[in-house]
Amino acid sequence: MIPRRPRYGFAQTALIAAVTAALTACGKKEEAPPPAPQETIVKIGHVAPLTGAIAHLGKDNENGTALAIEEANTAGVTIGGQKIKFEMMGEDDQADPKVGTTVAQKLVDAKVAGIVGHLNSGVTIPASSLYNQAGIPMITASATNPALTEQGFKNIFRVVGRDDQQGPAVANYLMSQHKPKTVAVLDDATAYGEGLANEVEKTLKAAGVKVLPREKGTDKTTDWKAILTKLKGRKPDAVFYGGMDATGGPLLKQARELGLRAVFAYGDGACTDKMKELAGDASEGLICSQAGIPVKAASQSFLDGYKAKFSADPILYAPFTYDATNLLIEAMKKADSTDPVKYLPELQKISFKGASGQIEFDDKGDRKDAEMTIFTMKAGVIEPLAIIKSGKSMTMEEYVAAAGGAAAAPAVTPAETPPAAEAAPATEPAKQ
Amino acid sequence: MISPSDPAAKSIWAKLGMAFIVIALLALPFVLTQVGTAWVRITNLAILFALLALGLNIVVGFAGLLDLGYIAFYAVGAYTYALLASPHFGLSLPFWAILPIGALIACVFGVLLGAPTLKLRGDYLAIVTLGFGEIIRIFMNNLSQPFNLTNGPRGIARIDPVQVGGVDFRTTDTWFGFAVSGPMKYYYLLLLVLVVVIVVNLRLQDSRIGRAWQAIREDELAAKAVGINTTHIKLLAFAMGASFGGIAGGIFSAIQGFISPESFVLVESIMVLAMVVLGGMGNIFGVIAGAVLLSFVPEILRYTVEPLQKSIFDRVVIEPEVIRMLLFGLALVLMMRFRPAGLWPSSTRRRELRNAER
Amino acid sequence: MDIFLQQVINGLTLGSVYAIVALGYTMVYGIIQLINFAHGEVVMLGAMVAFTVITTLVGAQVPLSPLLIVLVGTLAAIPVCMATGYMLERVAYRPLRRAPRLAPLITAIGMSIILQHIAMLVWSRNNLAFPQIIPLITFEVAGATITAVQIGIILISLALMAGLTYLVYRTKLGIAMRATAENAPVAALMGVSVDRVIASTFLIGAALGAIAGVMFGSYYGIAHYTMGAVLGLKAFSAAVLGGIGNLAGAMVGGLLLGLVEALGAGYIGDLTDLCRWPLVSGWFSERCATDGHLILFGSNYQDVFAFVVLILVLVFRPSGLLGERVADRA
Repeated sequence: MIPRRPRYGFAQTALIAAVTAALTACGKKEEAPPPAPQETIVKIGHVAPLTGAIAHLGKDNENGTALAIEEANTAGVTIGGQKIKFEMMGEDDQADPKVGTTVAQKLVDAKVAGIVGHLNSGVTIPASSLYNQAGIPMITASATNPALTEQGFKNIFRVVGRDDQQGPAVANYLMSQHKPKTVAVLDDATAYGEGLANEVEKTLKAAGVKVLPREKGTDKTTDWKAILTKLKGRKPDAVFYGGMDATGGPLLKQARELGLRAVFAYGDGACTDKMKELAGDASEGLICSQAGIPVKAASQSFLDGYKAKFSADPILYAPFTYDATNLLIEAMKKADSTDPVKYLPELQKISFKGASGQIEFDDKGDRKDAEMTIFTMKAGVIEPLAIIKSGKSMTMEEYVAAAGGAAAAPAVTPAETPPAAEAAPATEPAKQ
Repeated sequence: MISPSDPAAKSIWAKLGMAFIVIALLALPFVLTQVGTAWVRITNLAILFALLALGLNIVVGFAGLLDLGYIAFYAVGAYTYALLASPHFGLSLPFWAILPIGALIACVFGVLLGAPTLKLRGDYLAIVTLGFGEIIRIFMNNLSQPFNLTNGPRGIARIDPVQVGGVDFRTTDTWFGFAVSGPMKYYYLLLLVLVVVIVVNLRLQDSRIGRAWQAIREDELAAKAVGINTTHIKLLAFAMGASFGGIAGGIFSAIQGFISPESFVLVESIMVLAMVVLGGMGNIFGVIAGAVLLSFVPEILRYTVEPLQKSIFDRVVIEPEVIRMLLFGLALVLMMRFRPAGLWPSSTRRRELRNAER
Repeated sequence: MDIFLQQVINGLTLGSVYAIVALGYTMVYGIIQLINFAHGEVVMLGAMVAFTVITTLVGAQVPLSPLLIVLVGTLAAIPVCMATGYMLERVAYRPLRRAPRLAPLITAIGMSIILQHIAMLVWSRNNLAFPQIIPLITFEVAGATITAVQIGIILISLALMAGLTYLVYRTKLGIAMRATAENAPVAALMGVSVDRVIASTFLIGAALGAIAGVMFGSYYGIAHYTMGAVLGLKAFSAAVLGGIGNLAGAMVGGLLLGLVEALGAGYIGDLTDLCRWPLVSGWFSERCATDGHLILFGSNYQDVFAFVVLILVLVFRPSGLLGERVADRA
């Protein structure tokens, strides 16, 4: 038997351990810059995927928060007798739940006063339990999965609608405009896609429409022909797909190539101009929904401010992160404290007019009467068809007029300044 | 001056070194918490990967069977824990009961995966195991219809944390005047499990089974000729490796509180394989070092590379994640070119590879 | 019946792409017994380069017919892919020719990761949409629809397969390749420059990969830096299915795999619908009444087919359908 000599003596192993510890210590020294002497720095965290397939949306979200913070600092905020300077701690969760929880812990350790984020429901939900344990308020501007606010956490809020509102909205629109007898429902086997498709199917079935067995792809599917061929044999009048534009575009293109003439409907993941690039001419006339007002219907001052700071237009959820950030700041001002324990009650009962309209939270943390928008693809650009609020449908012009003349019509003067504590205009009755 | 080669002196050095390591390991979480609890979490993940690497080390390092789908066993262990201790089925078994069950189920899957692959050559074995890993993940992602077993892509949330003798591992308690947070408690649990696994591995390595694995790795035909039942021994390698993966998966479930199929993708299997290969195949401590290295480097990158780029270029040119993957790929290529036995290879492996190159 | 024919058409088109990519894998494996994990990335690079060229030409409104634009894109992609293939061989694989099996495999994985991320840096993480310049021309055949692009892909693939077969069986290079595949040291003794033959194999495989990439991008209209990974894996499964090292095997394997995937995805839902099984449907009568169906394995398991086929083939017929052709491991 050959005696086994350890390759490394223990002394050498101890040395390696010491060096590793030193290296990690070196890495950690990047923490905690000293605060400026005259003002108190209050950190607000923002998390979204800044890398990955939807990095452009994550960056858009981050910009919204950055804009709100810059405006607040410019306007000058005093809380508890102290001049406050807000700082954004922007983090990247890579749309991965594992990274999301690590980053959430990092923010909690850094003792942020509040968090705006995350973007994907699948990441926001696990991170929210961490924030709940730490007692830090979190407002999401894009996670639409209902499960988030069903957890019973008192410090988790949402300024967009939920999929169980978005699904019925698009399903009802589809039924009212196109009156399909048979609908095929597909999804991409992700938490978002499957959840939304489930809601749509529920609504359709409740109205007595025949729904074909669910077909699923993945978030990377490029070849839909097998599934589409099968569907073609069943002759659906409409097809709903819960998923993103990267897979929804090829789906539509291939459907038309196969001669499938049904109307295609999508959720907010595929409600982008990119559908024109991906599906070509087949994309004309598609229907899709977003769980909030269209970007163009956001307040003019927000749109101008965004354009001025970032030299680009906001893409999708930026008005909502902007509002979420301002909600946090507003609640802190009302409670006259940046301590989460103190300003959380103010946040729960806040009533605030933001770039996306009037915002109030219900007891689950969802936005009351969240609007849903239905779009269609016309001449290569998605155009809003209808905005649905509290079950009532109206065109974009009507909505904008009701909201105080604040948006897309070019000749209209801006009616409001960014939310630096003002009374909400009494335009509510007009919307009913 | 006492030189290290003097046997009596060596044992003094060895004992001092050991004591230093033990103290350092026990005090580590307290030191890290000063900087942030996030680092304790990162350390916990590193230990989990070390457990995985040790499990894969049995399959790849000891028995020489190339497994590219190892993360499937991690997934099985994680889902077993999640199904038995969460609101999904409404069950809440204690963790010391679930971990063995998870290990057993992972063991069964290991045998299932190993059985068809017994006659396959190295490359084919790699591809088939890769296929198995993907199949398991796809099943996990789709077993929500028609009968909801795994909740599909939504994953399973609100998994019970570990609870032992009234101590809840999720909350922060104060013991002897020190604040002990949840992650810190998990750290000590993981450290304990790691020590047990290391001891088991050391025993296995020097046992008849370990020697049988070595024989198969070096020359399967000769091993058969000597009377080793290669079928049983290979299946045993898969089974044992899988069970360690299952245990690690269970603890992972408890720590995260939430699991979804996204955490068990192919690139994770490759990561674990890289930890084994880069660390030193067959060498237990080399493999652990590989796991720690590959777990910490991305985190250190995340904290250092961004500010560095911001100061030079005023913005982040290449995200830390991309740099990490590029370095990772480069490390694999360079290591295989210049040091295929790994950074800390076992002496036998080194000998094998040096001989093969002649 | 028209559905079946349609699925067959879909499957053959998809299978043709698999076949072309599989040829790259099988040639390399036949000669040096190495799974070129990075081949999928070479295909991806072909698609990306063609995307850039085509988009530029379309954006500059160059007055060329769509087919010519695609051709120019392909001609631009081929040299880039060949250079990548050559670099892979020279830098990563040649130094490891005598190393044990594990080293080149790990190296291949490492190169695959590097190439993917370089592509990501150059072309961004977004999904790239191929400009839809080829007009949609469809033909009706016995109730099924086939587009011009599909016909094009199948014909081009057949032409490439024929060309490659001619190359391998009728030219000097081909004889050298087959000799090296059978027994490299003896071939060297006969005056074959083994290094050059291996390099040529990689170059040819890469060129085929480039064409496959352009076909994929044009057919589906989309390109992404991760597209090479899954495609490569499935194509390799196809190569194994047909018999690794065997050219005809790769072609047959590719087409067969495409058919299996298309037909499988189309029919598995119906096959595993428990409400239609006479004995079992009684147990689920309420669900069958409300939903009308209770499907065990639906089309969502589409990706699994390739792997299941691979495993079955390797267990029951490890040398593949048409038999493998690799060198003796003396």
